[in-house]
Amino acid sequence: MIKVKIMEQPKMTWWEKIYFPELVRGIWITSWHFIRNITLHTLHLFGLCKDMPAAVTFQYPEVQRPLAKRTRTRHRLTQRDDGSPRCVACMMCETVCPARCIYIVAEEHPDPNIEKRPAKFDIDLGKCVYCGFCVEACPEDAIRMDTKIIDTAAYSRQGMMLDMQELLNPRTGIKK
Amino acid sequence: MSALLVPTLLAAFVLFNVINLAAFHTWLERKQSAVMQDRIGANRASIFGLRLLGLFHPLADTIKMFLKEDYVPPGGNKFLHTLAPCLSIFFILIAFAAIPFGNTLTIGGTLIHLQVANLNVALVYIFAMMSMGVYGVVLAGFSSNNNYALFGGLRASSQMISYEISLGLTLMGLVIIFGTLDLQEMVHMQGKYFFGWIPAWGVFYQPLGLLLFLAAGLAETKRTPYDVPEGESEIVGYFVEYSGMKFGMFFFADYLETILIACLTATLFFGGWQVPWLYDNGFIFPWGGAIGLSALWVSVLQVISFSVKVFFFCWLFMSIRWTLPRFRYDQLIDFGWKFVFPIALANLFVTAILVLFLGAGS
Repeated sequence: MIKVKIMEQPKMTWWEKIYFPELVRGIWITSWHFIRNITLHTLHLFGLCKDMPAAVTFQYPEVQRPLAKRTRTRHRLTQRDDGSPRCVACMMCETVCPARCIYIVAEEHPDPNIEKRPAKFDIDLGKCVYCGFCVEACPEDAIRMDTKIIDTAAYSRQGMMLDMQELLNPRTGIKK
Repeated sequence: MSALLVPTLLAAFVLFNVINLAAFHTWLERKQSAVMQDRIGANRASIFGLRLLGLFHPLADTIKMFLKEDYVPPGGNKFLHTLAPCLSIFFILIAFAAIPFGNTLTIGGTLIHLQVANLNVALVYIFAMMSMGVYGVVLAGFSSNNNYALFGGLRASSQMISYEISLGLTLMGLVIIFGTLDLQEMVHMQGKYFFGWIPAWGVFYQPLGLLLFLAAGLAETKRTPYDVPEGESEIVGYFVEYSGMKFGMFFFADYLETILIACLTATLFFGGWQVPWLYDNGFIFPWGGAIGLSALWVSVLQVISFSVKVFFFCWLFMSIRWTLPRFRYDQLIDFGWKFVFPIALANLFVTAILVLFLGAGS
């Protein structure tokens, strides 16, 4: 026997059924928002009450919305003290990447203490799913996703390929 | 010469203002909805870096609409497809001819009525033109060779028929009280005062009539709560096959209808161009003061008064449009036939009895 739960239909009161009072109440709510916001907009024009926002909008390209600390944004490669990448070309991130958007070509490192370094380290943002597995997998803390850059727009697919130079020196924030 | 010149100038003046106000409505729609919903609204269109609170967006829209491809669907009737938006906008535009926006004005010995066509059946004329406007909508649905558009047109026509009857009935009470169909005459009669100081506006004679008129009049504009014929967001409407400026004309016709209803509400219920306590030669206040004004200034004040009232109702209709959700179709027809129509009849009946026993205009 399937258990059946009978949901009570919400009953409208007589006051709600005659429709006009509720209509007026609705218009009062929106009109109140209108009057409050238009007053604040006007006061802002005169430089008053700047701490009371009149709208919740962020004017995006100029003002970026505050992001949470753990938000995964565009990748960057961390650097050693001399500016070379910390990456040792172990291929962990390329292996773990579910979207297969990381392309590493390894080469010999001149320092005998370090085994390898990446000759090329490309990330195809058009494929990346921003899962953050590469950051988790990296044994050297060489890749991070904390640049706070959230736009991936480009005019071509090729334009979404980030090379090592770009990943080592990500533009901080949005271009003005 | 001046017999032809003056009406032409008046018509040009009204047409210019009405069309610009309709274009302004696209800005108002964006901005007011945004402010009501704690947003900012479209503000990016700029000329030389000058944004002016997004006032250039209507201009950008117009340019975009003129530059878009004008497409008639294969199998559609090209002639009717082109005719439909023209009918829609034509009938609504000429309806404005009967709206009085001021009293008479004398310039250089010429008496000018501030009304394009001084008709003694102005109210009937406006209703006739609003009814004719439905042809545009129905033809648009019919000539598009698209079943969705056809259904949109059918929904529009049944809605218009349902609400036009109520619309006429709600105003019959006022017609009985004022005893005329001439809008200019009606406005003149609203220049009287109750107890010597309350303006005898139609809203005080017919408060219920005003509510019913707004309910039925907004249905005429085909905008949300009554936008069943169009339903931009999900159900496709009668103009689904239209593009470019032909679509723009339908779009404009909606705004023009809103303005027309605002004009009618101001004229019939809120004293038209009357300013409280303003007489032919200046203000005479009920508490004793008086300000003398020349005839020209009185006319200017009257036109401003009318404009302010129309602006207010445009704002109110926009608030209603952005507050209320859409009616379901059966609810819409029920509301028209089972609620607005009987109450309008009862209102008319009570008004008629009161006028019979108390005498007209009391």
